[in-house]
Amino acid sequence: MSTVKKFLFLNRKAPYGTIYALESLEVVLISAAFEQDVSMAFVDDGVYQLLKGQKTDGIGMKNFSPTYSALGDYDITRLYVEKESLEARGLTVDDLMDLKWEDEDDDWAEKDSIIVVSSAELADIMEQQEVILSF
Amino acid sequence: MASIELNGKSYEVDEEGYLANLNDWDEDIAKEMARLDGAELTDAHWEVINFLREYYDEYQIAPAVRVLTKAIGKKLGKDKGNSKYLYELFPYGPAKQACKYAGLPKPTGCV
Repeated sequence: MSTVKKFLFLNRKAPYGTIYALESLEVVLISAAFEQDVSMAFVDDGVYQLLKGQKTDGIGMKNFSPTYSALGDYDITRLYVEKESLEARGLTVDDLMDLKWEDEDDDWAEKDSIIVVSSAELADIMEQQEVILSF
Repeated sequence: MASIELNGKSYEVDEEGYLANLNDWDEDIAKEMARLDGAELTDAHWEVINFLREYYDEYQIAPAVRVLTKAIGKKLGKDKGNSKYLYELFPYGPAKQACKYAGLPKPTGCV
């Protein structure tokens, strides 16, 4: 009926202050509902979207970070985080949420969704995509 | 904005009948919404509605129907985690209709 395309959603901005991160997440969930091959990449300030312990009470916005934990249910199992962007901000993967997905073909084993990649590796991944949407 | 009046309380709803404010939700409004649709809520309905409320509480989204079906199957058993069972309970679409009664927004990606 329809062909499955490889989509990569590229996230470059901090989670709050602009609407980009939330909009990206919504489009990601929509495209997954259409059973496309979806992955996400987080570079520059976009890495802040995956930080642990986000609290938004003070800025009057909904904390949507728990939604990233639902991505595995939507078969979105590859969240690429650029190593250089983490390092430039003094962050490591331990500062990020512990996001998992369950592999149905491997007796529901829990696997890490976050994959830290170098800038060069990310370039290769981007090369393999059919559609890249930048937020 | 439209509203549903019940027991002297006013519940604001959007143009499709979804609650405007998540915190307004109670079991009475769920029953009233079902009544307006000509449905009656059984324990089987409540099981799904309560599941959706817990899901929203944890992930801050209403799940798409495919995700809902899979998750129900995992939590409540394979005999319930299929679209036939869920569509029998919620003929207008399990995600759409059950989310409405659960006081959640319409599922993301649901048109």
